[in-house]
Amino acid sequence: MITLCFLREVETLIYADNAATTKMSDKAIETFSDLIRETYGNPSSLYEFGQRAKEVLEQARKDVADSIGADPKEIIFTSGGSEADNQAIISAAKTGELKGKKHIISTAFEHHAVLHTLNKLEKEGFEITLLDVHSNGIVSASEVEDAIREDTCLVTVMYANNEIGTIQPIREIGEVCRKHNVPFHTDAVQAVGHIKVNVVDDNIDMLSASGHKFHGPKGVGFLYVKKGLKIINLIEGGAQERGKRAGTENVPGIASMAAALKESVAALDEYKEKLEPIRDKIINGLSEIPHSALNGDRDNRVPSNINFCFEGIEGESLLLLLDDKGIAASSGSACTSGSLDPSHVLLAIGRVHDVAHGSLRLSIGEDITDEKADYIIKAVKDTVTYLRGFSPVWRDLENGKNQFIL
Amino acid sequence: MALYSEKVMDHFRNPRNVGVLEDANGIGEVGNAKCGDIMKMYLKIEDDTIKDVKFETFGCGSAIASSSMATELIKGKPVSEARKLTNKAVAEALDGLPDYKMHCSVLAQEAIEAALKDYEENGKKD
Repeated sequence: MITLCFLREVETLIYADNAATTKMSDKAIETFSDLIRETYGNPSSLYEFGQRAKEVLEQARKDVADSIGADPKEIIFTSGGSEADNQAIISAAKTGELKGKKHIISTAFEHHAVLHTLNKLEKEGFEITLLDVHSNGIVSASEVEDAIREDTCLVTVMYANNEIGTIQPIREIGEVCRKHNVPFHTDAVQAVGHIKVNVVDDNIDMLSASGHKFHGPKGVGFLYVKKGLKIINLIEGGAQERGKRAGTENVPGIASMAAALKESVAALDEYKEKLEPIRDKIINGLSEIPHSALNGDRDNRVPSNINFCFEGIEGESLLLLLDDKGIAASSGSACTSGSLDPSHVLLAIGRVHDVAHGSLRLSIGEDITDEKADYIIKAVKDTVTYLRGFSPVWRDLENGKNQFIL
Repeated sequence: MALYSEKVMDHFRNPRNVGVLEDANGIGEVGNAKCGDIMKMYLKIEDDTIKDVKFETFGCGSAIASSSMATELIKGKPVSEARKLTNKAVAEALDGLPDYKMHCSVLAQEAIEAALKDYEENGKKD
């Protein structure tokens, strides 16, 4: 009988799911708690309590704008990345519709906040073109250009993919969109605070970001909208955010997010220098596992992302056993999504179902060390070997009944 | 609250009767890799009794636990009793499964049915 002894060999747990959410920074927590205690006024009120909150809000707007090269007037605070994506896409669609333009270009591996919004618009009569993301998970700017038509009202392409971490040629796509005078939105939820993002240099018209992906709080994000572009409200009921997003501003959340973003952006070089070698070490280590494959381009990926497929095993059981070993990770298997299909991202880069079920995403953070990386590599190797040991799929691959895919 | 019951986690972490039965006289395999679950049951039947049983599973935590529990429920039992094993009994013995994981227990029941069918058709020589 095969049994596995699960001993926690590491003192602390290894949190390797930073693409799902991040730990709030000390500065973000401090900012948040100070403000909920002291600065509880409504920024729309004219008295001192309110005006102090207003000052905090506007300083946060300036800090957020500075960190992506925008003007403070171009920032709308939202409840997060999903709301920002919805608002950007719906605004461009409705504005386009008035001019008889009902064609939108996007990609097959966008976040569902984008894809589901596009599905909804498709039902309303919009035509959606989803571009190929190729086997390396990178969209081609020339293919964007080829897809642009007279009636294209929006191009929306994510900055960095949330599952496989690949960075898209945003600047080039933006250039193509400018050339053809088509508004360009990017879901930059996995990019802002992780790699250099500048809306002017990158030719971006609209950009979505989320606070909790860069050590800020959950429930707060922002939408950048280039001056002159029309924005439509999703939430009605007040003059907040220049009338573009009703609801009393979440001042502590917004200021806390701004503090986290300022910190993250200031430390970008350090972050890259520290994480990339460790990311590559883990990639090299896991590549030693037979019949495994890295998902997404080897080099053109965010410093935190490692994503693999292992043939012959299923992702959820891998995650549960890694959890027993103190490692928090994620998978694109169907069982972890609650649906029968594995991750649409892995299918979009051409992984077949059988292989996509055996995926593992590790998204490391600033607290990663060489020792933790060694531990992760060993734990994944051991667990994959263990699960393959009683997998009928693996047996049929090994005895030649079926052909290996990877 | 944890995703799975303690029983599920116990059978997942320490699966009973896992592996291959070289002298099996009834083998059943169900599911497909496309959907992410495959179970293979090996039965050794003598005197109308499940003398031994082993399984191999490709699948999630509840699929592995369901296979393990199913083997425990039929081991040493008369064939007639094994035939009556239901997915509900497997799920109950595991102190329940999340709704969207109930198909794992169905797969365990079907794997045993397939192995018994194979025994009836091919293995019942002695």
